[in-house]
Amino acid sequence: MAAIRRVLIANRGEIALRIMRSCRKLGIETVLTVSEADRDSLPARHADRVVCIGPAPSSQSYLRPDTIMQAALSTDSQAIHPGYGFLSERTQLAMLCEENDVAFIGPTAAQIAAVGDKLRARAHAVAAQVPVVPGGPVSTQDDAEALFEHLGAPVLIKAVGGGGGRGMKLVPTADDLPGAVQMAAAEAGAAFGDGRIYMERYVARGRHVEVQVLGDGGGRVLHLGERDCSVQRRYQKLVEETPAPGISPELRARICNAAVRFAAALNYRGAGTVEFLLDAQREAFYFLEMNARIQVEHPVTEMVSGVDLIAEQIAIAAGQGLKLTQEQIALQGAAVECRINAEDPRADFMPSPGRVTTAQWPKMEGVRVDTWIETGSMVPPYYDSLLGKIIVHASTREAAIVRMREALAATRIEGVRTNLEFQSAVLGSDDFAAGGVDTNWLGQFIQREDWEAPRG
Amino acid sequence: MSLTARDVAEIVRVLEESSFDSLELDINGMQLRLKRSGAVAPQNEAAQTRAADRNAAAALMTAPAPAASPVVSGPAGTTPVPAPLLGIFYRAPKPGEPPFVQAGDRVRADSIIGIIEVMKLMNTVRAGFDGEIVQISAANGELVEYGQPLLWLRKS
Repeated sequence: MAAIRRVLIANRGEIALRIMRSCRKLGIETVLTVSEADRDSLPARHADRVVCIGPAPSSQSYLRPDTIMQAALSTDSQAIHPGYGFLSERTQLAMLCEENDVAFIGPTAAQIAAVGDKLRARAHAVAAQVPVVPGGPVSTQDDAEALFEHLGAPVLIKAVGGGGGRGMKLVPTADDLPGAVQMAAAEAGAAFGDGRIYMERYVARGRHVEVQVLGDGGGRVLHLGERDCSVQRRYQKLVEETPAPGISPELRARICNAAVRFAAALNYRGAGTVEFLLDAQREAFYFLEMNARIQVEHPVTEMVSGVDLIAEQIAIAAGQGLKLTQEQIALQGAAVECRINAEDPRADFMPSPGRVTTAQWPKMEGVRVDTWIETGSMVPPYYDSLLGKIIVHASTREAAIVRMREALAATRIEGVRTNLEFQSAVLGSDDFAAGGVDTNWLGQFIQREDWEAPRG
Repeated sequence: MSLTARDVAEIVRVLEESSFDSLELDINGMQLRLKRSGAVAPQNEAAQTRAADRNAAAALMTAPAPAASPVVSGPAGTTPVPAPLLGIFYRAPKPGEPPFVQAGDRVRADSIIGIIEVMKLMNTVRAGFDGEIVQISAANGELVEYGQPLLWLRKS
């Protein structure tokens, strides 16, 4: 494989800049693909070269594997970094890379397909002796009724091609079952091009705990600890932290080892995250899915481990394998990340695109900011609303929370509405301070604090 | 009766310039189906052009990085015909053949002015306006970005 001297970054926003930072450190040139809306963005000004791949809507730019592949070949890029979202977990770009001898900085197309099909991923988990939520595939109404009876109410019906909270339906009682099955199958077909569905027992008080792994593609996998991402609103993570508060070292080791087993069984290549649903009271955990990409919340892991995950991804893609051993990975202190979004928490979190007239990010010891926003930046309406991430690191969780509250208070964004004040309220709440909230907590917090605008 | 390569090329040209999207011919059991939405180039030729383009692009990269928004100004009183997609621009239907258009040519809105190749898929580019070509600004075999002016014409 040719050495990687130039990387094409097929993404935008903060992750594009984040990838450039590691490339620069490694002496690698960057080519950034931009849509027309991102020509003048901060990442576009930092790249060594920029190529415009299409108009603003992502379906005509960032989601075009053939155009991106052509851009990589024509700019003599030896590798493509897909970032997260967009084409990162679709097989087409990974496949084109394999056909054209360009390194895809991520797993193989076959691995993306294996974990993207949630039923196959479930079967892999079972084979690797990783616990899964009780459930199974559903193809007929009779199947559904039998399985429902076996599992007991309530259950979740999920799309095989879904993931990340998309394509899920809660079925509270047996009466709701026939309608839910029919609708879930129809919606799955329309949204994912795959009408297959499956049913799982609904774990009401679960926490979202995920494990960062790195694999060399030859069966060697190591983990960099876990992250707790239970502070979510409609499956959108808002606050992430490591370590997961209030779990015993034994339970932590069991979860991390399960993630390694899962990834090793796939001969997983690159950086990935294995997500679990944690029932903390019962000390039980269940495999949810694997994300075959770098994640938004990867910096909390970098803060406690000192490992540059993007650099590791590039090294693995270049065929250098894993430079670290499990014993060399020491996780120190606690890290918390707050996502700062252009959205209005008082108007049902409606996105708020527009021109940023003031952007002041915190400059403090132990605080890292990953952003693509500066004063004058334009937030286009076509993409997600993530403006940046504030990440803090301290020796203890308590100190990290104090530091994050200071960092949030020192941040000023004007011109677009943001969730800064909302994040301050979350970080200042007694429940968050106590640690270990479940995935339903934020929804209740929003209602309790009367965050949403009164309706009617 | 049989078809020569020249005949097929002529038929392709007829289809390209017509308002139809596909053409099917059946001559004594010999069938020819053509579709307008793009054609696959012969493998070896495409591979050659790609390798050549890689080298050309590599040479380009040693030059200072171009600005994100290329300066778009042409001769006074002219209108750009922008690249409708990113790819490799070809001025002629095949290597060695005369270009579709040259400076000074009068074109109609539906006149073909070039081809853009994206991963072996050939996409024809039309002028979009009636007018006279004043300047051609994109070089043959070069990567063009989405929106980059390919040529400048004076609208009639």
